[in-house]
Amino acid sequence: MPGAIYAEGLVKTFGEVRALDGVDLDVPQGTVLGLLGPNGAGKTTAVRCLTTLLRPDAGRAVVAGVDVLKHPDEVRRSIGLSGQFAAVDEYLTGRENLRMVGRLYQMGAREAKARADELLDRFRLADAADRIAKTYSGGMRRRLDLAAALVVRPPVMFMDEPTTGLDPRNRQQLWDVIQELVAGGTTLLLTTQYLEEADHLAHDIAVVDHGRVIARGTSDQLKARTGGERVEVVVHDRERIGEARSVLAGFGEGGTTYEEHTRKLTVPVSGGARLLAEVIRELDARGIEIDDIALRRPTLDDVFISLTGHAAALNGEGGGGGANGGNGGRDEAGADDRTRTAGGPGAPVPDAAAGGKWSE
Amino acid sequence: MSSLSDSLVIAQRNVLRLTRIPEMVVFGLVQPIMFVVLFSFVFGGSMMIGGSTSAAGYREFLMAGIFAQTVTFATAGAGAGIADDMHKGLIDRFRSLPMARGAVLTGRTLADLAQTTLTLGVLAVVALLVGWRIHEGIPKALLAFALLLLLGYAFSWIGALIGLTVRTPEAATSGGLIWLFPVTFVSNAFVPTENMAGWLQPIAEWNPFSATVQACRELFGNPGVSPSDAWPMEHPVAASVLWSVLIVAVFRTLAVRKYRRAE
Repeated sequence: MPGAIYAEGLVKTFGEVRALDGVDLDVPQGTVLGLLGPNGAGKTTAVRCLTTLLRPDAGRAVVAGVDVLKHPDEVRRSIGLSGQFAAVDEYLTGRENLRMVGRLYQMGAREAKARADELLDRFRLADAADRIAKTYSGGMRRRLDLAAALVVRPPVMFMDEPTTGLDPRNRQQLWDVIQELVAGGTTLLLTTQYLEEADHLAHDIAVVDHGRVIARGTSDQLKARTGGERVEVVVHDRERIGEARSVLAGFGEGGTTYEEHTRKLTVPVSGGARLLAEVIRELDARGIEIDDIALRRPTLDDVFISLTGHAAALNGEGGGGGANGGNGGRDEAGADDRTRTAGGPGAPVPDAAAGGKWSE
Repeated sequence: MSSLSDSLVIAQRNVLRLTRIPEMVVFGLVQPIMFVVLFSFVFGGSMMIGGSTSAAGYREFLMAGIFAQTVTFATAGAGAGIADDMHKGLIDRFRSLPMARGAVLTGRTLADLAQTTLTLGVLAVVALLVGWRIHEGIPKALLAFALLLLLGYAFSWIGALIGLTVRTPEAATSGGLIWLFPVTFVSNAFVPTENMAGWLQPIAEWNPFSATVQACRELFGNPGVSPSDAWPMEHPVAASVLWSVLIVAVFRTLAVRKYRRAE
């Protein structure tokens, strides 16, 4: 039986750019799929196809049991969409925004009003409910946007880079809300370029690059593909590198690698923290001064690099500019992810879209 | 019927926005008032209307033209508003909701109609202050205002199509205004068509804009009703309604289709 979100061979081209090049997805009911990939990988295009905003050139998609291409209107009744650009009317108050969305989901006026009040409370926006959204901080707008997506308690949710541009505190709060939703049985497809986020929230991860799913599995399965843990040592004195290297070789389970400019030695190991302590003792006994030492477990970033040959978030050629919520690259297929940050892996950088405010 | 209620929800949203950005309403009022004053007092004494060059006569003649021009200038507002919406994240929200497809556009044009009604009301007061009068009774005057609003509503659908076609709200504003100048000037709005170049006269007489202006002059009892025997000039009320309905039918169809296909 296909899952709550099912896609088969989705293709979408914009002129020369093949934004989706045959994407297959299957998200079982009540689970979270993390669509992980750099800017321009096709994540947003995939979400737009599944939420009826874009018509794929080829392929088939079923959401909440309904064929997306044949019955888009029926699909729209069962989905909620929340994007990285808070899709709220900034000249309407929070309350007016939610009521409007409720009415457009075909609720009666009274029902829409009650639901708006309920959501304002739940998302800690009750105090700001009668202020226009323009005065909201980035985090508040994002919460209002998420509230709007939840007006009809949709069984299937799509969240496109929900925390891009949020500061750590707001990000954590949004994660809590997402986990609460999923605990309540919602099926969620989440796109992110933050490996940490997919790791934290998703049951399954599909890694997307150049419009294709290049790997899928649980976080642990993907990590297993890149091997186990390793010890990294930054040696203070360049002349002691050779000696340090032979020490590490004694503990390692494979060849030691050396990175010249950082003076960093890396060796695959097994044995965890106890082994790390032994390495430190041995280096110390020989009087080899070290600047840094760490036991590293593989991250999804390592997975990404091993799968694609390039780091995840550093690939954002569409990034850079300061498009602020408005018409940033909407017409350009290449910039389909409409993302501006090129922040380091797992380290979201609050940007202009957050309105310059880090918290309310 | 969800189509109508969705349109009204969107119209309400746009009217609420106007109350939050009142300067947009104010600027919409300043321009026509300025036109009334400039045309009346600058051109007033030099125009021959109905065999007289009195400034008062020209002011009576002018108002139907200014009213009609004012309602058509709503085109630019509709275009800019829709272009703005189309480039904001909110449109994705609307397009992912189970709402009637044309409601975003219909709601916008209805909100513009509300704004136009307000503008026209204020302008009528200013016109009365500078000496314009109605001479055929209130019911006919109300019919004239209804024709004006219908024309404005029709033109806002042209604006909607422009707004969906261009890339920025700024382009929609200029694109919505530029063509209005020839349309409103090659007409009976500001000067009698009889004095125009011969080849221009039929264009002016068949201009949809002229039919409404002619109808208003008749219904207000203002001077300068064209004696032309062109059909729209002889049956201006019917011509005005037909033109407006035709414009809505054509441009609404085109705009809604374009909205649905937007990606």
